[in-house]
Amino acid sequence: MKYLDEYRDEQVAGNIIGEIRRILTRPWVIMEVCGGQTHSIVKYGIDRLLPQGLELVHGPGCPVCVTSLELIDKAHAIASRPEVIFCSFGDMLRVPGSHDDLLTLKSRGADVRVVYSPLDCLKIARGHAERKVVFFAVGFETTAPANAMAVWRAAQEGIANFSVLVSHVLVPPALGAILQSPRNRVQAFLGPGHVCAVMGYEEYEMICAQYKVPIVVTGFEPLDILEGTLCAVRQLEAGRAEVENQYARAVSRKGNPPARELVMKVFEVCDRKWRGVGGIAQSGYKLRKEFCQHDAELLFQVQEIQTQEPSICISGEILRGIKKPHDCPAFATECSPQHPLGATMVSAEGACAAYYAYGRHGEISPAHPGRGTGAPGGVAQ
Amino acid sequence: MCLGIPGKILQSFDANGLRMGRVEFGGIVRDACLAYTPEAMVGDYVVVHVGFAISRINAEEAARTYKLLEEMGQLSELEVGGTDGRQSSPQSAVGGKTDEIS
Repeated sequence: MKYLDEYRDEQVAGNIIGEIRRILTRPWVIMEVCGGQTHSIVKYGIDRLLPQGLELVHGPGCPVCVTSLELIDKAHAIASRPEVIFCSFGDMLRVPGSHDDLLTLKSRGADVRVVYSPLDCLKIARGHAERKVVFFAVGFETTAPANAMAVWRAAQEGIANFSVLVSHVLVPPALGAILQSPRNRVQAFLGPGHVCAVMGYEEYEMICAQYKVPIVVTGFEPLDILEGTLCAVRQLEAGRAEVENQYARAVSRKGNPPARELVMKVFEVCDRKWRGVGGIAQSGYKLRKEFCQHDAELLFQVQEIQTQEPSICISGEILRGIKKPHDCPAFATECSPQHPLGATMVSAEGACAAYYAYGRHGEISPAHPGRGTGAPGGVAQ
Repeated sequence: MCLGIPGKILQSFDANGLRMGRVEFGGIVRDACLAYTPEAMVGDYVVVHVGFAISRINAEEAARTYKLLEEMGQLSELEVGGTDGRQSSPQSAVGGKTDEIS
């Protein structure tokens, strides 16, 4: 496929890895933000191709993983109602709430349906005027334009039996939370390519300026990730901290203005709780008041549901780049994709699920005691 | 849900006032909403995410940066032959900057 196959070319990958080896003089820790990037890295073994001393840690950018347990429980409460047709992206169906997952509810008779696009829900709502159609609107800034369009069209067309349970999360405040942590190890980011395709990267320039970290907006194919890593290493080695755009074929500085415009008409920024991480100020979207007739949380009065997350799981530390999946004693023993204990095992794009899927069960975690930004040596050529 | 996939627009059409397209992904054809990519025409590639095109792929930009990556190997070899091989490049080879590996 064009724009996919050529970005998996082994020869060119070798060129980029060679260049990284050539310029690397000391250890660095780089975080890829997106779950899609994590998946590519583990699938193609990109982290194993990099020179020793250059570490990739996995970020919080998997919306399935970070959707709070509380919202999952709210979704399940709504989906269990007999008048409801509950629609969701397929990857939310197996995510465990406090008691069940959506697939289990479906097996007990709940009308749970998988949709490809939020617009599909409008068709279902038009065809079932007697039922209430609810869409589980999860995701980062990438799914927000699609969800905003569904709500906007429902309002325009007067589709009163359609509502959304909104659980949108935003990347830049999460990066701020990671960088503010006293245990932060991240020295540069591979930025989220598709989030930036929508939102642009002006907000990331502010993060660079405030925290003095390089951010390279990066795509999802192996060559994208390698080139993004090379750009980040170049900046780190030169002591620069700027936004660079590796993914220029799909991303411009302003992002997608028509998409941003509709997102801001329908949603407003709010505080949001992240599974495994906790509350982050101003890190989500909620519906604006004008669209409250499409707000499932209000319509079904589930605002009061509050859930405490179990404490065994270390996904919060994994999502912030402090630990890796195999640092967890429960990894691939008590915790597996069949029986996930927490956020990073629940979705295929979660770091733990990716490590599990690509056979990294027995791997020993690379310990880096005492390593800091200025530590000399340790780089294999 | 996170994955955006590049696909080629085969045709565009109007659905109740919404611009839609038939988009091909490696032989599979699906409908996608083109409302957010008004500049994308039949024959263009777009990144499609949950049924919505979120970005038109800039073919010139893709070709230019890919060429730089392909050339990187040759340039590195030349440079290793001429210097100590560890000098850092002062400028990025990508991202809107025009200098290759120096």
